[in-house]
Amino acid sequence: MSLFDYKVSDLHELLHKKELKVADLVEESYKRIAQVDDKVQAFLTLDEEKARQTANSLDEKLTANSANSLLFGMPIGIKDNIVTKGIRTTCASKILENFNPIYDATVVQKLQQQETVTIGKLNMDEFAMGSSNENSYYQKTRNPWDLERVPGGSSGGSAASVAAGEVLFSLGSDTGGSIRQPAAFCGVVGLKPTYGRVSRFGLVAFASSLDQIGPITRSVEDNAYLLQAISGLDPMDSTSANVDVPNFVSALTGDVKGLKIAVPKEYLGEGVTEAVRQSVLDALKVLEKQGAVWEEVSLPHSKYALAAYYLLSSSEASANLARFDGVRYGYRTPNADNLLDLYKNSRSEGFGDEVKRRIMLGTFALSSGYYDAYYKKAQQVRTLIKKDFEDVFEKYDVIVGPTTPTPAFKIGEKIDDPLTMYINDILTIPVNLAGVPGISIPCGFDNELPLGLQIIGKHFDEATIYRVAHAFEQATDYHKKKPGI
Amino acid sequence: MTRISNEQVKHVANLARLAITEEEAEKFTKQLDAIITFAEQLNELDTENVEPTYHVLDMKNIFREDIKQTGLPREEVLKNAPDHQDGQIKVPAIIGE
Repeated sequence: MSLFDYKVSDLHELLHKKELKVADLVEESYKRIAQVDDKVQAFLTLDEEKARQTANSLDEKLTANSANSLLFGMPIGIKDNIVTKGIRTTCASKILENFNPIYDATVVQKLQQQETVTIGKLNMDEFAMGSSNENSYYQKTRNPWDLERVPGGSSGGSAASVAAGEVLFSLGSDTGGSIRQPAAFCGVVGLKPTYGRVSRFGLVAFASSLDQIGPITRSVEDNAYLLQAISGLDPMDSTSANVDVPNFVSALTGDVKGLKIAVPKEYLGEGVTEAVRQSVLDALKVLEKQGAVWEEVSLPHSKYALAAYYLLSSSEASANLARFDGVRYGYRTPNADNLLDLYKNSRSEGFGDEVKRRIMLGTFALSSGYYDAYYKKAQQVRTLIKKDFEDVFEKYDVIVGPTTPTPAFKIGEKIDDPLTMYINDILTIPVNLAGVPGISIPCGFDNELPLGLQIIGKHFDEATIYRVAHAFEQATDYHKKKPGI
Repeated sequence: MTRISNEQVKHVANLARLAITEEEAEKFTKQLDAIITFAEQLNELDTENVEPTYHVLDMKNIFREDIKQTGLPREEVLKNAPDHQDGQIKVPAIIGE
């Protein structure tokens, strides 16, 4: 048994009863990483020395009996697009190979206030562009359930490290499904909060109208605790919303009586495997038994989400990634005698193919003569997609469906065809376009590969999502099964 | 019909400050053409009177108090600069001979 099989609240109690030290938790992390990370390859950078120092000073504090936060001493992994002062932050790109941030992201500062211990930085698709972690410049993270398969992406390292027991929990980021899809593939709990719930100050921007940071954990309760710690208005991020942060954990009542669930027919249609479809229908039966009611609905513009998403996210990325020019930080080409060549060669040598492809697509969609036909059109379609959700949420509390159309696929299976790879995100993308929150929780297995149930809520109603997710989790055992690695 | 030509891909690459080889231009043309063709399914929808969504929340003009704040220390900022001299970031000549 691993210490990380315990929930945060149990570990907190053990620490305060002096039956456990923070140093034990940190050692558990590094011991497990030493055991399995040459196979899983979730971590890009470890911060071992500093983590051990932090653990020791926290243990001294614990002896002195000072009042501590619930997350005190808990070992966490951070996705490598979230800046950490003094810990290399690469976005899994060559262009940031030697980049050492000089400040902490707001979420990292908030974790420090809670006195968590940062174990290291987690692999991802380069600049969060991808669904398999195969776009990392450094390494291919593997799925702990089957090392021949991808962990999903882009937060593949974040999900795989939690599933493999290398950390208690982690932070990821989600632009089109990048938390929920890997959480589903790795059999863990991952939430994309409402757009504006969590500050993105210090998150290296991919698509600013879509990006959100969120928690990846083993249980719904831990997820709620971690979201609580990182949420809230931040003067450093003008898109963070000035709304109350409720007590998410107190929403975990186990009571879903009378809850109204909408099940979009588009989410169980074409491309969704029979095993995935069945797992969702079984999950609905579980919730029905607990007193919830469900009905089929339609989100008629779902099929257009993918196209709108690729135009919008790539357009925004083409602007956001203009900052990587080899001048102020990051990789600079040795092959340039003038400034223009310095820009061009630094970028061409520093970025991978998928990043270049999306920068070019975005530049094209924003270019003179094409802006209205592509970019503006996609923003209009986004309005229709958002309206689909608003209409359904007038009558229903949550929307439920699968997180992904299939379980984890094999490494190399889809990498040569960008469009096939993109179709992976067809069920998660509409959620980002509408800005609503969504979670993926374990809901079954197909040939020993985990499947994820997606629960989508209204703007700023993560509490209801957690209530439903928790009720389902309590009634099932899927989350208790661990990969055999 | 192709949606994007080899010449356009080279033009876009130049706008995006990416140097691409002839081979890459060919590959990207094919891939971008497939993606743009796929994206054109959006034309099935009538969006004549639909407002575009630039921000999913009803937020605009978020200002902070206009208070002077200290920026990042120069020596810290220069730590990540590939080349610097006398406290300034250094780049190759902008104007040719």
